[in-house]
Amino acid sequence: MSQTITGAEIVVRCLAEEKVDFVFGYPGGAVLNIYDEIFKQDKFKHVLVRHEQAAVHAADAYSRSSQRIGVCLVTSGPGVTNAVTGIATAYMDSIPMVILSGQVPTAYIGQDAFQECDTVGITRPCVKHNFLVKDVRDLASTIKKAFYIASTGRPGPVLVDIPKDVTINSCKFEYPETISMRSYNPAGKGHSGQIKKAVQLLLDAKRPMIYTGGGVVLNDAAPQLTKLVRLLGAPVTNTLMGLGGYPATDPQYLGMPGMHGTFEANQAMQDCDVLLAVGARFDDRVIGNPGHFFREGRKIIHIDIDPSSISKRVKVDVPIVGYVRDVLDEMIAQVQATDKRPDAAALKAWWTRIKEWQSRNCLKYKASDELIKPQFVVEKLYEITGGDAIVTSDVGQHQMWAAQYYKFDKPRRWINSGGLGTMGVGLPYAMGVQLANPDATVACITGEASIQMCIQELSTCKQYHIPVKIINLNNRYLGMVRQWQEFFYGNRHAESYMNALPDFVKLAEAYGHHGIKVEKPGDVEGALREAFKHKEKLYFLDFITDQTENVFPMVPGGKGLTEMILAEDL
Amino acid sequence: MRHILSILLENEPGALSRVVGLFSARGYNIDSLSVATTEDTTMSRMTIVTHGSDDIIEQITKQLNKLIEVVKVVDITEGNHIERELMLVKVRASGKDRDEMKRMADIFRGRILDVTDKSYTIELTGNSDKLDAFIAAIEPGTILETVRTGASGIGRGERILKI
Repeated sequence: MSQTITGAEIVVRCLAEEKVDFVFGYPGGAVLNIYDEIFKQDKFKHVLVRHEQAAVHAADAYSRSSQRIGVCLVTSGPGVTNAVTGIATAYMDSIPMVILSGQVPTAYIGQDAFQECDTVGITRPCVKHNFLVKDVRDLASTIKKAFYIASTGRPGPVLVDIPKDVTINSCKFEYPETISMRSYNPAGKGHSGQIKKAVQLLLDAKRPMIYTGGGVVLNDAAPQLTKLVRLLGAPVTNTLMGLGGYPATDPQYLGMPGMHGTFEANQAMQDCDVLLAVGARFDDRVIGNPGHFFREGRKIIHIDIDPSSISKRVKVDVPIVGYVRDVLDEMIAQVQATDKRPDAAALKAWWTRIKEWQSRNCLKYKASDELIKPQFVVEKLYEITGGDAIVTSDVGQHQMWAAQYYKFDKPRRWINSGGLGTMGVGLPYAMGVQLANPDATVACITGEASIQMCIQELSTCKQYHIPVKIINLNNRYLGMVRQWQEFFYGNRHAESYMNALPDFVKLAEAYGHHGIKVEKPGDVEGALREAFKHKEKLYFLDFITDQTENVFPMVPGGKGLTEMILAEDL
Repeated sequence: MRHILSILLENEPGALSRVVGLFSARGYNIDSLSVATTEDTTMSRMTIVTHGSDDIIEQITKQLNKLIEVVKVVDITEGNHIERELMLVKVRASGKDRDEMKRMADIFRGRILDVTDKSYTIELTGNSDKLDAFIAAIEPGTILETVRTGASGIGRGERILKI
């Protein structure tokens, strides 16, 4: 019983206890003992990325697409600093993750040792919590706490920094079954009096609107949301982080709101008399200018697990703090228990107005026989994958087109960096998604600028046979930057032109994959079909798209939601 | 509006920097901060004096509660409370000023802790306004050095901050 094992063994045992099946990482001096133990075990697989940033992104996407906790392992110093972008990305989108990092031996800390950095200090503002383990006897309980904190309440990344001597020292291994912390008790069910008030408001509403975000996806509350929306007969919109929370092909769905949201979703957000916000945070890209967003008399109900999200940017009339799934369950039960029904005549009039807005057809774009329209590629991708792919994206115009034109009917099918807006996530995200969902069709919609920020991961894809399909919307511009320069900076293209692009087909081939360059609209469908036919191969499709295409509608920064620029206005 | 926040937090390395980092990252103000362990040595009590609109103070409280190591946060200015701060001030005290300085210290119920031919070191306790008033009352040129602890506060009567 008194048998002791080393800290490195403890790390591996803890991960096995947590039923981790993939660890994304990159070895280095401070974590060599842990890697040696990984070598000796067969409980989980380690995926060797080509840059630590990609390890974090892949673990993040593994989590986003699987309801499980992503795990990554990096070494001290540069291993950690490379990981910071990935950690901040996960933090902004509240993704449950555990990051294990090596540290120089405890006796060296603070001495500017080789590959030393203040990991806990550097990552503090972009993690839900972090720990420095100084005693091997605290290691197992700290890792347990990390998993517990990451996945409860408002989820988020938790980092455990482990000095090298802690991985060498030994103690008895005991993995706690449960954890209780006096300083951490995430809110639970939601106040039933508040829920009753919310239900009353919604049933009395003449022009109800439901606005949902990433919280619905993260808390797996899509079935509850769908049920409530149908009971209420109200229109619904999903934010960029919430896409798939409600089926996009359903007639009650108005498309995405916000800066590049649909005309009808933005109008309905403004003109409703009762707004129900579920797991969403009224951020600047969604509601535009908060002063303009304010409407006298409109009531706002806000359900969120994080009390600090409530009344942060917008005053709320009925706050409900709790897990959105539990709160929605209770709302459904209360609606079903009462005889009161939504006001059918008022709803009919409301829908008539909404249909008028919808008839503007704000996502219409000019088709072309000469140039490939990026929207057309996304529409074809939707068609060919039967709407059933898991789609990752990078950041920029292509991200918005993917969100607008690929209709997500299910949650956890749309994987993107919504909060931090990190270019370069697309390919590592696709890797994490494919490993978590080996049978899924995975498409990475990207641009020639974003893809080059983590392109080295094509090598990881080769090593682990990760057959994702890369849809490169190549407009030879930093498209979104160019769009802003066109609208707001006198069309001066300061550093937004991508000169000296590589031959992406040859590049893909150099990494051992397949590539197709597509230059004519007539070839788009054929190329997509060819790529998706080969389930076991990575295809890099380089679509040479219309350079001048812009994303519409657009709410300029600082403007109100109803001050949209539509394509037809120009 | 000025607010005094009392915070119970785990007495762990780094806990203080999480609180301070939160204030700087979100652009909140810290007017003063004092912290020490409580009778339970696993726990620290911190007093932060801050100012801001009601919305800002609400966000500060919520954000503090979100920190994993924070056990409890109370805005003690919401009810009756006692507030004390300690100041040590070294002043020039020579010639005709010497008696005057002693009188001022007496009026403010200060104690002279250290004496040289030319100076007094005075200890003053009170709420922050009283300490400000003393500084304003004496000749600015006589002040050699001041050091203040920042305010500590406690609720009056039965109001208790404990877990």
